[in-house]
Parts: sequence; structure tokens; C-alpha cells
Amino acid sequence: MHKRLRMVVGAALTTIAVTAALAGCSSGGSGSASGSGNASAVTAALKKGGTLTYWSWTPSGAAQVAAFEKAYPNVKVKLVNAGTGNDEYTKLQNAIKAGSGAPDVAQIEYYAMPQFALAGSLSDLSQYGFDSLKSKYTSGTWGSVDLDGKLYGLPQDSGPMAMFYNKTVFDKYGLTVPKTWDEYVADAKTLHAANPNAYLTSDTGDAGFTTSMIWQAGGTPFTTDGTKVTVNLQDAGTKKWADTWNELVENKLLAPTPGFTDDWYKQLANGDIATQITGAWFPGVIESGAKAGSGDWRVAPIPTYDGTTAVTAENGGGAQAVLKQSKNQALAAGFVKWLNSSNDSVNTFLASGGFPSTTATLTSSSFLATKPDYFGQQDINTVLAGASDSVKSGWSYLPFQVYANSIYADTVGQAYQNGSDLNAGLKAWQAAIVKYGNQQGFTVTSK
Amino acid sequence: MTTVTRPVAPVGDPAVGRPKRRRTPKDGGSGLREKKSLPMTAIMIVFLVYSFAPLFYLIVNSTKSQDDLLSTFGLWFGSGFDLFANVRDVFTYNGGIFLQWLGNTLLYVVVGAGGATFLATIAGYGLAKFRFIGRRLVFAVVLGSIAIPGTALAVPTFLLFSKLGLTNTPWAIILPSLVSPFGLYLVWTYAVDAIPSELLEAARMDGASEIRIFFTIAVKLLTPGIVTVLLFSVVAVWNNYFLPLIMLSDPRWYPLTVGLNQWSQQASGVAAHPIYNLVVTGSLLTIIPIVVVFLLLQRYWQSGLGAGGVKE
Amino acid sequence: MSSRALPGVKADPTVGLSGRRRRKSRGGMTGWLFVGPFMVVLIAMLIVPIGYALYLSLFRDQLIGGNHFVGLANYAQLLQDSKFWSGFLRVLVFLVIQVPVMLVLALIAALALDSARVHAAGFFRIAIFLPYAVPGVVAALIWGFIYGPQFGLTGSFNSAIGIDLLQPFTPSWILTSIGNIVTWEFLGYNMIIFFAALRVVPTDLYEAAALDGASSLRTILSIKIPALRGSIVIATIFSIIGSFQLFNEPNLLKSLAPNVIGTFFTPNMYAYNLSFAGQQFNYSATVAIVMGVITAVIAYVVQVRGTRSENR
Repeated sequence: MHKRLRMVVGAALTTIAVTAALAGCSSGGSGSASGSGNASAVTAALKKGGTLTYWSWTPSGAAQVAAFEKAYPNVKVKLVNAGTGNDEYTKLQNAIKAGSGAPDVAQIEYYAMPQFALAGSLSDLSQYGFDSLKSKYTSGTWGSVDLDGKLYGLPQDSGPMAMFYNKTVFDKYGLTVPKTWDEYVADAKTLHAANPNAYLTSDTGDAGFTTSMIWQAGGTPFTTDGTKVTVNLQDAGTKKWADTWNELVENKLLAPTPGFTDDWYKQLANGDIATQITGAWFPGVIESGAKAGSGDWRVAPIPTYDGTTAVTAENGGGAQAVLKQSKNQALAAGFVKWLNSSNDSVNTFLASGGFPSTTATLTSSSFLATKPDYFGQQDINTVLAGASDSVKSGWSYLPFQVYANSIYADTVGQAYQNGSDLNAGLKAWQAAIVKYGNQQGFTVTSK
Repeated sequence: MTTVTRPVAPVGDPAVGRPKRRRTPKDGGSGLREKKSLPMTAIMIVFLVYSFAPLFYLIVNSTKSQDDLLSTFGLWFGSGFDLFANVRDVFTYNGGIFLQWLGNTLLYVVVGAGGATFLATIAGYGLAKFRFIGRRLVFAVVLGSIAIPGTALAVPTFLLFSKLGLTNTPWAIILPSLVSPFGLYLVWTYAVDAIPSELLEAARMDGASEIRIFFTIAVKLLTPGIVTVLLFSVVAVWNNYFLPLIMLSDPRWYPLTVGLNQWSQQASGVAAHPIYNLVVTGSLLTIIPIVVVFLLLQRYWQSGLGAGGVKE
Repeated sequence: MSSRALPGVKADPTVGLSGRRRRKSRGGMTGWLFVGPFMVVLIAMLIVPIGYALYLSLFRDQLIGGNHFVGLANYAQLLQDSKFWSGFLRVLVFLVIQVPVMLVLALIAALALDSARVHAAGFFRIAIFLPYAVPGVVAALIWGFIYGPQFGLTGSFNSAIGIDLLQPFTPSWILTSIGNIVTWEFLGYNMIIFFAALRVVPTDLYEAAALDGASSLRTILSIKIPALRGSIVIATIFSIIGSFQLFNEPNLLKSLAPNVIGTFFTPNMYAYNLSFAGQQFNYSATVAIVMGVITAVIAYVVQVRGTRSENR
């Protein structure tokens, strides 16, 4: 009796799920405006269960999946680490091109989001009513997944930029913690003059860093409207950053060590690189990669151009998105929602050293009170949460940013290599971006 | 150039060949006993240091923890000895994925290199010992394909495979590695000299089938050549990087090379967590099996090369 | 031997051998029984992808706007593509310098071993050969650590002598750095090939030379080097193909020298980045085809030149 009842309910749920899946397919296939999925389809799909494939390189991925499967025993999630960042996008792009082989859910960094979203490869999650979750996330991260009125993912983490600095080195050489970029440049000169082996920071040219710095300076070099793209890597904000950074590039005040190499970790540990201007996820990286620097490091707000108004940008971080290739988009959406909004999952993510995107976490007293030994028991999260409140709005990436970043070293990188004017490199980058965009059928205008 | 007009003796090990024409290892280059020379040995020591220093680096650094790796001198041992801890970590990290990669690599090697050797052996034998319609065409195609850069084909092969749904399966690695034109060439030249046609004719007179003749007579005579082809195919598949890199997205199908590179990439990005110590130790463990195979079989492959396709 | 000018590649190895004439012409299909399987795989894995690449190269598929037939437009674009030609020139420079250096070193080592005047020759032979068994990925990882300008061996060396003499990752050094890795990987391999060829030089030649009172140098120049010609031509052809395909080493060093090793550093990297970063599969196929044709032509020219000088 009991069994039979369960079967009937099961059959009914199956019907609902199938309908929802078909609806999802049709909306995906035609690319018509709003999807016909809805919130109850997600609940039903979670109850009914199924199997999902999830591509992610997040260290806490396995623990999160295990917790999810415990909460929803009917759902099996196959976690695949298909590579970090670019490696994963290459494979994702290939699978999309091949028409099969893509996962149901994928981790996609914010800068790559438009590339997959505007190409029509991602499912619009507002059809499941997820747009109502907006208030749960910081505005900076929400703006990166909410493109053209469609919701292409839910934010996993964020990277509001701050300045991490080695206090021991600052004290030794009598440097003051800079509030403005001019002071920052002055510190760079002082330090390198006092110790030719030491540099205030390292930067051999990194597209993600450059775009974030332009963002902080108020530049909006990329604007997209459908297939029309405008590129202006010489707008006021871009020039403001480039002219400042030129002081460091042209005077060879940047450590010539590419980021994330073993040399770089060594120099972070021994103090030869004294600051990093980077996303709030950095503590996890430096704690695991440069253990010997423990106790030396602190965090401060990112310097600004005027020295008064706090303003920063996002660097790194990403979201989980549902692929249109998925045969069970409602279930996938349910998983994404749990992954990036349930306390269980967010806490697991935090425990692995990630930096959150949810406002509830960012304002929670336990989060703000964290005082890691690595940072001399400074309450670093207070500073970092402050940064996430001052992210400048209005930024957007190119609809082919992944490719644009891949050719960055060929253009802007050359200015870094030669210690020459960054503006020339940026112009070369722009020319290459425009050429590629037009070849690919976009209408790209150069300003 | 009269010397080289004679076909090279089909005997497997050059060391035990016809005594009059072949030198034994103890003989000098001029067939007379030479004095050992210290300067010459010194030259070889320079070569040895060059060849061995990077491997020494690998061995030394596989004994260091991640922290020691970043803080101690590269060409000497660190403060602790963590080799066994590193080996344990390599095998247990991420649910023991390294073992999975090792298993995958073995699968690709056994099926891919084994298959390539088998196909090259029967085809080389066929070309050497039979005349048949289209033989000249086969000849031209095989020689032409030796000159084609293999990686130039990677992209079209990838696109074809993804249309067939073969990407991200073991077949995507195994199928392309089954082709070894050079292996065929080696067996072919080897078979010409190593298998006297009279022997085959005699067997045919006795009524043996061609298949039986191949497996009972030819394989035995071809063994050094086959072992050589097998070893070089094994190395090619074991060291294959480009093909699996583009064909596979699921780490559960990765071979060791691509897996190690993924570990190395793990040091970068937002969630960076460097594990250089595991990369170094994993690299060492990757090399060991293939080195052992080479050492164990060196008698065969050195003679196979000597009497095979690269003779003159 | 003049009839089989290039025993390694060109000539039909069966031609001119006494065995063949005695063999009955076994026409028909028996040969295909042996050659067939290989040819099927060869066609599927080599000929079909080439055909598909040719087909792809006639189209252009855009992210926006779909796929069009464009005739030879991709080829026309490639002829004027300075990125492609700069990468091509780079590998050409690389091959003109690295290949001779590597082969001469391999030759010296092989001759030294063959002279039998080296102590523990067997040990040297195998030890110098070992790097060949190291996967290219692992080799690049090891050398990447060693090259580290701050804390690698390079850094230690520079601080020991007080000036930054070695700068492996600067534009003027990078080809040398890559060339060193490639040389390290294949020196022993080529040495073994040469050594194996020297082993089968008949001893009566040396005896005659010794009776004539020829010096060691003369023996080397007039007997050993000519005897090695075929092997040298083969080794050269394989090294040329390898150079034109250069990918693994620069691609892995790119993270250490991002601004020096660009996306079009070598033609193969260019093809890879075009297709996998830029979704330009059609243009990438064009690059692959043009590189394949150039490689085949150059390999052929080397082969013909090798033949000619031997006929001299």
C-alpha cells in the first residue's frame, strides 16, 4: 500500500520533471525570450533525483558534493576537475562545439561568463525564479552573472581587491602603508633603492590584473550590445591606470617573476616581494604556498587615485552555471542553488579558504572576527568585507574575453617585457581584439 | 663503399654475430685491442653529468617537503628526508588519482603500443615477404606518412573524434597510437634480412598455412626487431602529452603526463594550492617504470636497432 | 649500395636482395592479409584526418554568422600572416642550430664509445640514453625548476659569480633554453642510433685500415663517418620533423616566461591556440596543412641531398 502510493507519487513527479525538462529544451533550442521552467520544477527534480556532472576545480568541491548528496539522496553528482580556469574553458568550448560532452553544471569565472552566456551556451536561471536571490549576493558579483536581464549563474566566490603587504619589510625599510597610488609608486622606488633584490610588487603582465585595475580606475573599455562591441583601451580610466603603472614598468620597479611560479612563492615567503594588489581570496593562496611568510603579512584597503573615497574592483572569483546541453536543467539548477546559497555549502567552501559572495556571510560576526595567525591575528575579513562594499559598478567584459586574455602577453606583455609604454601595448591589444571580433562576425568598433 | 653493399647479418645480437664480420664488445674499434684512455673517459663523464644532473635534481628534490623545496638549495638534500611521505602523498592525494593515471597509462601502453607493434610487425613482414597488387602504393603511402608531422593532425583528428563521440574516452588515445609507420619500416627492413625466403618456401612445401608460418617461424626470427619497435612505441605512448591534452576532459582518463601537468597547474589561480613536492615525486615515479623496462631489455633493443632500419 | 642510396627511408629495402629473386611471386591477396590491418588503421588515423583538414581549410566558421565556404582565402591569409611566418622562422633558426649541435655531440659520444677506449662503456651508454625515457612534460618541469632565475640553479650560479650571466627566460636566451632541453632529451637517443650503426661495420675494414697504418682520425673520417651516413640522414630527418613540431617544451615553459613565449611562438603552438583558445578551427587546419607540406618538402630535400653526397 505504502509502496504503491510512493510509486504513484513518483510517477507524477516524473511527469512533472519530464515536462520541465522538455520546456527547458525548447527554450534552449529556440533561444526564445523567457524559459518556461519554474521554481516548483526545481523542487520536483531534486526530489525525483538523477545524475549530474559537475566541472569544478574548487578545492572544497568534493566535500560540497558529498554534503549535497547527503541532503538529496536521490541525486548523484559526478565531480570532474577538468582543469583550472582556461584549461576548463577550452574543454567546455570544445564540448559545446562538438554538441555533446559538456557537463550539467560548470564553474565559470566572471570574466569568462559573457563568452559562454552571450553565445547561448548557458541556461537562464531566472526561469526558475532565481532572480529573487539577488539580495543574497554582493552587487559586484551579481552584476557579473546578471547580463542583459538574464541570470546565467549563481556567484560562488568573490575577489574584491585589497592590498596585502609584508609588514616586516615595511617596518624594516620605513615604508608607510600607501593610501594613494602616488604613495604606492613612491614606496616602490624607496624599497628597490634600499634593497635591489626587493620589489614592492610583482607584475609581469596579467590580463586579469590589468582589467581589474582599469575597472578600479573607472575605465569601461569594453561595452557590448548584442553582437555590437565597442573597445576603447584608451579611455580616461584606462589611461589613468596605465600612466600610473608606467612609472613602475618603465623604471623596472616590478619583480620580473611571473605569478604562481615557485620563484614567486619563494619571494613572497622571504619578503623580496612586499605587496600584492589582488582579490580577497589571496589569504588562502599565500597561506598554503608561502608558509614561511607567516606572521609577516597584513591587509589594507587598495590604494586609490584621490586618497579619499574607497573604491575597488573584483579580481577573480566565479559562479556555477547550468549548461544548455544539460538533459536535466531543473535538477542542475537545484544543485547550483544549494551549492551557492545553502549555509551547509557556503560554510564548507569557507573552511577551504575561499572568500564568499553571500552578504549574510560577509556580515556575520564569526566571519568578521576571524584572526588568522598568518596575518599577525589581524581581523582581515573586516577589511576585505569592506572592500566588497566598495566595488565600482558598471564594468563589463568582452563576449570573447577568454581569447582576448590569451593574446594579452603577445601585446601588452611586450610592454612589460621591454619596460616600455603600457599605452602602446594596450593599443596593440585593442587592435588584435577588434580584428578577432570582426573575423568572428561581431561588429567591433574601436574608439 | 663496398662495405655496405652486403646485407647486414640477420643475427639478433650483434655481439654474437658472425665472428669474422662482427665485433664482440670487447674488441676495439679497429678490431684490435685498444688501451683504455682516461681523456676519452673524461669526455664521457662530461656527457654523463649533463645527462644525469637533471635526474639527480629530481631524485634530490623528491626527498623534500613543499616547504623545504622552496627554501633549500636545489642540488642538495634538504633538512628533512620526506621521500616516503611524498610517495605516500602522491599515491593517496585526491583519492589516489595518481594510481588511476598510472593504470590509464598502462592501459594505453598495453593496448596502444602493443597494438601498434602487432600491426607494424605483420605489415612489415607482409611487405618484406610477399608481392601483391598495390604493394607499391602501400610503400609510397607509408614512406610519405613518416614525413607527416603527427601533431599537425591533432586538431582535425580531435574534430573528427568529437563528431564520432570518441573524445574523452580511452579510444581517443589508443586509436591514433596504433599507427606506427616507422615501426613498420623497422620490421620491414629487419624482416628482409632476418627471414630467409627459402625457409618460408620449405614450410609452404610442407603445407603450413601462411598464418602458421608467420607465428611459428617469422615471429621467432623477428624478435629483436619486434622488441625494438615495441619499446619505442611504449616510450611514445608513455610520454604522449599533446594528444591526451586535447582529447580528454575527465581526469579519470588522464595518463600520467597530463595528470602531472594538472598538479603543476594547481599552483596558480584563485584557489591556488601548490604541491610541487608531489609534482617532483610524481615525475620521478613516472620515469622509473620505463627506465626499468629499458634496462631489462637493453640487449634486445640495442641489437634490434643495429640490425634494423637504421643500419647502414 | 649506390642503388639503395638512402637505406633508411627512400629505397625499397627489398630491392636488390638475393632472396627476392628466388622467391616465387606470390601475387594476389595473401600479402594484404598481413598489410591490410595496418593500412586500415593508417587510412583511418592519418589519411582521413588529412582529408578532413583539407576540407576544413576551405571554410570559415564564425562565432556569429555560421559556416561559409571561402575557397583558398585561408591560404591567402596565411601567406600574409606575419605571426605564422615569425613562428616558422623561429623554428627554422632553432633547427639550423640545435639539430647540428645535438647530432655532432651524439656522434662524438657514439664514436668515443665505439672506440672501446672508454672505461665502463656500457654504463655510459645506458646512462646517457636515460633522458630519452623521460617524458617531455617531466623534462620541461625539471628544467623549468633548474632555470628559475631567482632560486633555481641558474639563480645560484648567477649569485655565485656575482653577475646575472644566465638569463634563461629572456628573449635572447629562450631558444637556447628550449634547445638545451631538446638536446638533453634526444642526445642519448641519437647516440644509440649511431652507436648501433657503428657496431655493424665489418671488422675487416678496420683491419685493412690498420695494416695501411691509418690513424684513428683517418679511420673515423674515411670509414666510420661514411658508414654512418644513412643513420645521420635519418636522424636529421627525424630531428627536422621534431623541430617543426616543437610544442611541448615551449608550451610548458610559457607559464615561466609568459611575455617571451607568445601564442605564436612556434607554428604548432599557433595552430593549437588558434583552434583551442580562439575557436578558429579552419584557419588552424590551414596552418597544420601548410606546416605539414613544408616539413615533408624539407625532409625530402634532405633525403635527396643525403643521397647525392653519398653517390659522389
